[in-house]
Amino acid sequence: MSPSSLYSHHVLCSSIPLSKNVQSFFSAFCTEENIEQSISYLDQELTAFGFPSLYEESKDRDAKRELNIVAALNCMNELLVLQRKNLLAQENVETQNLKLGSDMDHLQSCYAKLKEQLESSRREMIGLQERDRQLQCKNRNLHQLLKNEKDEVQKLQNIIASRATQYNHDMKRKEREYNKLKERLHQLVMNKKDRKIAMDVLNYVGRADGKRGSWRTGKTEARNEDEMYKILLNDYEYRQKQILMENAELKKVLQQMKKEMISLLSPQKQKPRERADDSTTVLSDVEDDAGEVSRESVWDLSCAAVREQLTNSIRTQWRILKSHVEKLDNQVSKVHLDGFNEDDVISRQDHEQETEKLELEIQQCKEMIKTQQQLLQQQLTTASDDDTTSLLRDCYLLEEKERLKEEWSLFKEQKKNFERERRSFTEAAIRLGLERKAFEEERASWLKQQFLNMTTFDPQNSENVKLFSAFSGNSDRDTLTVHSRPRQRQPHSVCRRSPVSTSKLTKSLPTSPASDFGQTRSCASEHSSSNALNITHEEAKPNQVGRECLSQSRSLVPRPGSQEGCYNGCPLTCTNSHVEEDNLL
Amino acid sequence: MNFSEVFKLSGLLSKFSPDGKYLASCVQYRLAVREVSTLQILQLYTCLDQIQHIEWSADSLFILCAMYKRGLVQVWSLEQPDWHCKIDEGSAGLVASCWSPDGRHILNTTEFHLRITVWSLCTKSVSYIKYPKACQQGITFTRDGRYMALAERRDCKDYISVFVCSDWQLLRHFEADTQDLVGIEWAPNGCVLAVWDTCLEYKILLYSLDGRLLASYCAYEWSLGVKSVAWSPSSQFLAVGSYDGKVRILNHVTWKMITELAHPTTINNPKIIVYKEAEKNPKLGLGALPFAAPRAAARSLSTTETKYEVASMPVSLQTLKPVTDRANPRIGVGTMAFSPDNYFLATRNDNIPNAVWIWDVQKLRLFVVLEQLAPVRTFQWDPQQTRLAIGTGGGHVYLWSPAGCMSVQVPVEGELAQTGQLWAHWACLILGPHWPPTDPQARAAQGPQWLSDPVSLQVISTCSPCAGI
Repeated sequence: MSPSSLYSHHVLCSSIPLSKNVQSFFSAFCTEENIEQSISYLDQELTAFGFPSLYEESKDRDAKRELNIVAALNCMNELLVLQRKNLLAQENVETQNLKLGSDMDHLQSCYAKLKEQLESSRREMIGLQERDRQLQCKNRNLHQLLKNEKDEVQKLQNIIASRATQYNHDMKRKEREYNKLKERLHQLVMNKKDRKIAMDVLNYVGRADGKRGSWRTGKTEARNEDEMYKILLNDYEYRQKQILMENAELKKVLQQMKKEMISLLSPQKQKPRERADDSTTVLSDVEDDAGEVSRESVWDLSCAAVREQLTNSIRTQWRILKSHVEKLDNQVSKVHLDGFNEDDVISRQDHEQETEKLELEIQQCKEMIKTQQQLLQQQLTTASDDDTTSLLRDCYLLEEKERLKEEWSLFKEQKKNFERERRSFTEAAIRLGLERKAFEEERASWLKQQFLNMTTFDPQNSENVKLFSAFSGNSDRDTLTVHSRPRQRQPHSVCRRSPVSTSKLTKSLPTSPASDFGQTRSCASEHSSSNALNITHEEAKPNQVGRECLSQSRSLVPRPGSQEGCYNGCPLTCTNSHVEEDNLL
Repeated sequence: MNFSEVFKLSGLLSKFSPDGKYLASCVQYRLAVREVSTLQILQLYTCLDQIQHIEWSADSLFILCAMYKRGLVQVWSLEQPDWHCKIDEGSAGLVASCWSPDGRHILNTTEFHLRITVWSLCTKSVSYIKYPKACQQGITFTRDGRYMALAERRDCKDYISVFVCSDWQLLRHFEADTQDLVGIEWAPNGCVLAVWDTCLEYKILLYSLDGRLLASYCAYEWSLGVKSVAWSPSSQFLAVGSYDGKVRILNHVTWKMITELAHPTTINNPKIIVYKEAEKNPKLGLGALPFAAPRAAARSLSTTETKYEVASMPVSLQTLKPVTDRANPRIGVGTMAFSPDNYFLATRNDNIPNAVWIWDVQKLRLFVVLEQLAPVRTFQWDPQQTRLAIGTGGGHVYLWSPAGCMSVQVPVEGELAQTGQLWAHWACLILGPHWPPTDPQARAAQGPQWLSDPVSLQVISTCSPCAGI
């Protein structure tokens, strides 16, 4: 029984879940017979992993190598730290795994959705393609039909044409026959002196014009021709006259229009003095032209001579008028835009100046806003320290946010767990308190009895011995004393603290699963059912994972038995504990 | 409006003299000439056979009575009742007879269109014109009566001969660029001759008096073409109605189309007035029993009073579905007439038979549509005023003027109106309120016909089943 083993007991109990499997494994690994081999094996293993050797450096080769407890403990500690680290890492990995799993799920669902979408779009596409194909088919059919129809039309036209020619041909043939017949008939009917064909008239009447009929001669022919041409000539003359009249009327209208245009345009010329020079010159030219043209003689001239001049002048005037009208239109629209309250049209300069002013104002306003913004930002940055700003900045990152959220939820879960544990613990504490009370009463009675029985013993000494017997075989006395002292006092003065300390102990364990608590609690309850000394013993019990300490404690069991004689009061408890140990193992 | 009493008539032969003073009417082989103002019989002539055709000479001095069956033409003088003239075409036969514009020559067309004989009443001379073409309108005289254009057919080609009417001298003879010429018509100024081809081809040719081809016009191909042609009185426009239901108006300067007047079946322009003839509510007296005789129902159209209503705007007109597999289908613009003042053009589209379309020539757009209850048979413009008379063959005459239109019921005695057969032998004459004209000279050659034509048409329509009697 070494104190280090006790320590290791403690540490192991706090760090590793005590499962029977592990213990059984350990038990399989090391038995009382093969301790040496186990130690050497472990030494080899550890040295292989870069740990210092478990054996003491001995000067003489022959001497049996001694187990260096310190090194072993160090190694153990190292291993434990490593284990803790690993656990931490494992936890991290697990959370990451969880996260990745959820990510995976999300992605899978996304993937499924997208797949579905793809499928549906593919279906749609196929549908559209099908429709397109159908339409194309239809189109082709229609084209075919159209072509057929066109062909048909062409054919029909050809047929019509051929029929027409055939018809014309037949007609001509028939007509020829008909003509022949007619000729024949004519010969038969007309050339024969038909008595019947005659006019029977009482007396010839005079001509309507009173003249006598004239003989048909070449002269009459010529006269007829003359007359015909005369008639035609008259007709043409009449038409020419009409055209001339029309022309004259149109000219008159034109002249009037011209005059009106000039009268309309000339006051305008005088009014806006600032107008460009060229327009005024054009106007004057036009006026000159107009003066020329408006002379009667010019009007009476044939059109060819004056036409060009006239059309040119009219064109220029028309252009001026058009531009003027357009200007007027613009003005009117402007007036409409500006509203009617202003009786005069705002000059362009004024307008531009105004717009410029407004633009300047806008610029100024913008600048002001900018400076204000800057100031605000500065204030903000000065108010908060760098960390918070960085945090704030980080907060803007969505990923970070999400991660934080997840962590937050994790924390929350943990918190909930903790709360639950605490609740159970408080319950347990309350129960313990009650039990303790009962126990204390019992103990008080017992102590009274004891006190009454053992008035001869030094109470301090006896207690020391008793504890020593409980944790026997420990070479490290300092640690023992350190450990034992509070324990010794427990039954007397600080006994109340014992459940609290156990709870504290469990709490201090960073990642103790609930099962551990259950175990400890059950232990506690077991102990509570037994005596107070049992508790102290059991406190160390979870730490008995270490093989050696167990073996040590076992091996050391008989020792208190040997000292039984001196300690009368505790054999019951000791055996109890041992029985329990056996059970546990 | 005043109405005369009813006169007996046969063969629908009743004509006003060109000066508007007299009215000639035939009953079997008798010809009666009445004075229009008094309606008293002035002369009564008896012909050799049943008269088939009568025609006044342009100076209103002579009346020509043709008896085609006998190949006979008899001419009567109004001034000299004893004067007589009989022209016998003998075995050559007779299919048509007409006056020359001077009123001293008679043009007789022999059977089979072998020739046209020109008989003169002044001299003994007889002229023959060979190869006249048998067609819709093969002879046309200029308005002043100076020239005659005649369509001829020689060696399967169409020719046109222009004769001087005063001495029947051939002035011009030229080949017409047509497949099968159907009609010729002088412009009112007598200087342009319009020639149109058979309905199989849309072709209008315009020849000058001296035989030059002025222009030719073709609106479309491969379809039935020209159906009717009309000159405007000013010779400015030539309206061409065709089988596609459109009127195309050509101008006299370039002879190009100015506008196309379509005859839509639905009218939706609020500027156009559509007058619809409607029956006045018949008075339900004691005689009008609910179970009226079918005969009464049949004649109801000719006896019930009708009125015009201005139709509200989207108007759809009654249309006939033409039978396209028969010759001369009832489609296209078949009748057209310019008003004498040149302002209006009246048309009838044959597959919308109940409607008369009156177009504003100045604006070249549709002005008024008159929709009758019965198919329109004929219409004629008043030579004096802007007034159109329309005959549908019922018991009504319809008058339209820019001021409005009205339906006039012809008063005939009940028993006459009831039986269609009696209608065949009687003619009723409508006399306008301004009749007779105060100045007979003012009434031009067409004057009296304005009133007589719808009337005679009315007779045609009702007596056609028994025309042979």
